[in-house]
Amino acid sequence: MQNNFLSFVKKESLHILRDSRTMLIVMLIPVVLMVLFGFAISTEVNNIKVAVVAPNRTDAIRKAVTQLAQNDYFSFYGYISNDQVDKKLRSGEVNAVVLFVPDYERRMVDVGSGVSGSPVIQLILDASNVNTAGAASGYLQSILWGPVSQQTLFETRMLFNPQMKSAFNFVPGIMGLIFILVCAMMTSVSIVREKEMGTMEVLLVSPVRPFKIIMAKMIPYFAISCIVLLLILFLAHYLLGVPMSGGVWGILSLSMLYLVLSLSLGLLVSTIAQTQVAALLISAMVMMMPILMLSGMLFPIENLPKFFQVVSTLIPARWYIDAVRKMMIQGVPIAEVWSNCAILFGMTVLLLGVSFKKFNDKLE
Amino acid sequence: MEAIEIYDISKSFGPVHALESVSFTVRAGELFGLIGPDGAGKTTLFRLLTTLLIPDRGTARVGGYDIVADYRAIRSCVGYMPGRFSLYPDLTVEENLNFFAALFGVTVAQSYNLVAPIYRQIEPFKNRRAGKLSGGMKQKLALSCALIHRPQILFLDEPTTGVDAVSRSEFWNMLSDLRQRGITILVSTPYMDEASRCDRIALCNEGRIMGIDTPRGIVHQYDTELYAVRAHNMYALLEEARKVEGVDACYPFGEAHHLVAGLGFDSGHFAERLGFLDGLHIEPVAPTIEDVFIKLMKR
Repeated sequence: MQNNFLSFVKKESLHILRDSRTMLIVMLIPVVLMVLFGFAISTEVNNIKVAVVAPNRTDAIRKAVTQLAQNDYFSFYGYISNDQVDKKLRSGEVNAVVLFVPDYERRMVDVGSGVSGSPVIQLILDASNVNTAGAASGYLQSILWGPVSQQTLFETRMLFNPQMKSAFNFVPGIMGLIFILVCAMMTSVSIVREKEMGTMEVLLVSPVRPFKIIMAKMIPYFAISCIVLLLILFLAHYLLGVPMSGGVWGILSLSMLYLVLSLSLGLLVSTIAQTQVAALLISAMVMMMPILMLSGMLFPIENLPKFFQVVSTLIPARWYIDAVRKMMIQGVPIAEVWSNCAILFGMTVLLLGVSFKKFNDKLE
Repeated sequence: MEAIEIYDISKSFGPVHALESVSFTVRAGELFGLIGPDGAGKTTLFRLLTTLLIPDRGTARVGGYDIVADYRAIRSCVGYMPGRFSLYPDLTVEENLNFFAALFGVTVAQSYNLVAPIYRQIEPFKNRRAGKLSGGMKQKLALSCALIHRPQILFLDEPTTGVDAVSRSEFWNMLSDLRQRGITILVSTPYMDEASRCDRIALCNEGRIMGIDTPRGIVHQYDTELYAVRAHNMYALLEEARKVEGVDACYPFGEAHHLVAGLGFDSGHFAERLGFLDGLHIEPVAPTIEDVFIKLMKR
């Protein structure tokens, strides 16, 4: 029986290898996502075009503007006059305008000595992108009020990701998403394809327990996912510079547990869906959307409404992404995220159990 | 010994009664044909006998095993070829055969002499993807795969549907060869002309068996006179013939119309009545299975 199991694995591998387009997509998606999220799409605020309105260009103002212009986050557009502000913002030529009061220097001294008065600097921002505007306003304040904030009581330190690189945050998210895509979606589609093509009928009328054939189906997908996993980790470390300080082995073993979980999820979908389209839709609606929205990949879970916070606890990706983030960026060893591992393990056992039970060796 | 015994089996899908109290037996070593149009319940019966479905009522035994209780035993000893092409189109001919051999825990070499007469015809194309084969070759490959584990009983659901006439005839020759080797074969077909190749046939329609006999016996049951009628205007002939008294039925049959004679029918009188039709010709013919089928369906 051992060697016929191998021939099942071989048959599945042939299916996958002959479908070269799908293979290519599976390998390309992670690379494209990594590059996209790593470089192109970022939640960081970069290259904000700032114009300055300053009736008197005193030394202090020049100094402030130089600081601003030298900062990576900003590019200095130039000085403009008061009546140009609205036009420049509206046309998108600038994203932010800093207005200095005419007697800026004197007023700054007052502020420095704690005398309250009317504002000395006005910031006008294009808030059509709320995130950019918010972040830009924060940066601008910290640069322009530098001398003042030195005297204030606050000091902020960014731990683990001091440059606040968004790629660090996205890598675990992408991993959480990709493995569901490759394992769950592709296995479920491939099992359901047998139903749709009618080959399942022939497989069922044989002495082999169909479950064995399905297990054989999972092995090549598991292998592909492992390759994708290595690819992602390689790109993350060498291309994006993600530290992986929690230990690569820990990340690998946790990821493999997550792979098995995704495979079981795909198996469960395949027991419900009768057509490939249905399997794809279930995978997309039931797996993709919640992962994107509720796993903490894009939006912090703490920011979700209470109801969705509860729902998110049911989503395996949430626990996986959280644990990988801790291991990759915070440098926590796998032992520290044991509760996440335990939850994922429990979910795997449950999913496998349910799909074993639901698996039907009849046609109805 | 009976290879297949079916007792009063019924199966419904929602409001559709696919099978209604069907009973018959197939003897060991027999080539048994299930003849009926689409929707007669043939596929449902095959799926019940191959343990893919559970009957609502009734029991059946295949190779001595109960289709519900001993379904695993049945799955090991029968060969099943479903109606639609159910091999892997992206695997080659050889890979398909190897896979199905492995599925049953045998090797192609062990069963080669059984499948050889069939497989040899497609062996020149063994590196071709199964999806790229012609209809007839696909069926040969599917039959090879269904035979690879030397089953005692073979279930073939409409193996010749969508296959050209030459390949169909070849396919039936192969089935006769297999029967010679002692394999029991239950085969279904919508083509009445194939029925004569079977040892016994069951005519079925709308979930019921209308008659079971040898092809010859079925034809012998036909107890009324049958005529073939022709005229230049065949459509007008059909219309007019149905109006003549004593004509039970008249239906197109190949190049002529078949006319079922009822009480008080006289062919001379008929020719006189329809004398106004050019080229009218009437002659008695021997009934075929299709005529029997049409008659049974009318009942």
